[in-house]
Amino acid sequence: MAKQIEVAGLDAYYGSHKAIEGISMTIEPRSVTAFIGPSGCGKSTFLRTLNRMHEVIPGARVEGKVRLEDQDLYGADVDPVSVRRTIGMVFQRPNPFPTMSIFDNVAAGLRLNGRHSRSELDGIVEESLKGANLWNEVKDRLNKPGAGLSGGQQQRLCIARAIAVRPQVLLMDEPCSALDPISTLAIEDLISQLKQDYTIVIVTHNMQQAARVSDKTAFFNLAAQGQPGKLVEMDETSKIFTNPAEKATEDYITGRFG
Amino acid sequence: MTVQTGIQPISAARRAKDRLVQVLVYLAFALAVIPLLSVLWLVVKNGIGRLDMEFLTHSMRNIGARDAGGGAYHAIIGTLEQVLLASLIAVPIGLLTAVYLVEYGEGGRLSRIISFFVDVMTGVPSVVSGLFVLAFWILVLGMPFSGFAGALALSILMMPVVVRSAEEMLRLVPRELREASYALGVPKWRTIVKVVLPTAFTGIVTGVMLAVARVAGETAPLLLTVFITDSINNDPFNGPQMGLPLYVFDQAGRPTDTAINRAWTGALTLILIVMLLNLVARLITWWRSPARRR
Repeated sequence: MAKQIEVAGLDAYYGSHKAIEGISMTIEPRSVTAFIGPSGCGKSTFLRTLNRMHEVIPGARVEGKVRLEDQDLYGADVDPVSVRRTIGMVFQRPNPFPTMSIFDNVAAGLRLNGRHSRSELDGIVEESLKGANLWNEVKDRLNKPGAGLSGGQQQRLCIARAIAVRPQVLLMDEPCSALDPISTLAIEDLISQLKQDYTIVIVTHNMQQAARVSDKTAFFNLAAQGQPGKLVEMDETSKIFTNPAEKATEDYITGRFG
Repeated sequence: MTVQTGIQPISAARRAKDRLVQVLVYLAFALAVIPLLSVLWLVVKNGIGRLDMEFLTHSMRNIGARDAGGGAYHAIIGTLEQVLLASLIAVPIGLLTAVYLVEYGEGGRLSRIISFFVDVMTGVPSVVSGLFVLAFWILVLGMPFSGFAGALALSILMMPVVVRSAEEMLRLVPRELREASYALGVPKWRTIVKVVLPTAFTGIVTGVMLAVARVAGETAPLLLTVFITDSINNDPFNGPQMGLPLYVFDQAGRPTDTAINRAWTGALTLILIVMLLNLVARLITWWRSPARRR
């Protein structure tokens, strides 16, 4: 079910401001790709262009091509809603629906998209929560509100919610930045498990995290404040962290700037 | 003068200022509460005497000018029907307007125009809305005086209140929740119906209750549209009705003590009805709140 993503010459704008420019890359299926780079370099913006979430911000638009296998995601007759159904997303801050119970949160994507029988939902919710390593902690309180969980549990709940709709790709926008080290470890373990079934793209500010979880790493940078962000280089994670081709990458990962 | 550095004790002047402002704040609070309590006290003291079964179950039909007895049943029925009808008109329109302004308008030209007119409507004196319905609905279209005509006038007053409060509440719903829903592949309209509105539900109910409380006591628009009657009229679409504010207005203008007492009790009944409605709204929001299930 995992699919390859191919990006060619992608620009993204907020109104008249160009946030990222000329990005081309291939994201391999059943692997973890990490995006690193200084704040404001457009990593998150680029991530959001991959499932057409960028355009929900008023005034935001995208130019260029994104292909999922052989489908153009920005084709004229493509429904952005179905793109997001195929490419799931986990956000920086855990954002469970406050009015819904744990069960309803996980079932939300299915319920809001059509009818499912109760037994079918029960099965998918259990499977998704198990997939997110949360089942044992919440199985006795599925009808309690999701907002009552701890931050780390909430984030895993959001991951369960995202994988419950069976996406091909899972995008994660700094999923651990609001979590403590133990919850972070739990999520990283989860990412390593999930990559057997999904294509995973993760934005992170934590270089050790990128080194730990990812197979490939892409380094983004911007020439100067106010300039659009660009992809500097992308390669095997081990290569980026030991022997990067570009000077800027080396400076960034060794902590000389950023 | 030496430059002072390091940690200093609080100066006497700042202490005095702190005290002064504290006293002023408490004083302002007391000033705001005094009229409220005195109104409540007066209404209860003067109205409690006639608050009996007869008052709640009888109309003023065949009650002579000097007769004791009589009641406000016709007015209670009228008020409940008029406010209910007004809410049925104003709440859906107001809510949809707020949804448009927050979710679809995106600060565009149309939404700015709508916003402007909602502000204008907030400032419309209640008499004017009554006059409008009188002129348009009753005189031009030739409809009869009725509870429904009154409800139309009240709904004009309710709408901007509902729009403004619902708009505030919808804006409070975090962007992340909408994005979380979009990211699950949920279309925008379902996100609004299933995620945004339920999240803002409690606040919207409170806003609607404020609007109801505001129009339940309106007299002027009813005077021009509902007219006045002493008989029970259960049909809000036909013929003059009564309303509690009208009843208070009518009875208070009569020259006997028994009528004046009925006016006080009518006012008390109105306050009780609004309080009761508020209580019901609280119960609904409590029942719906996630805290209950925790």
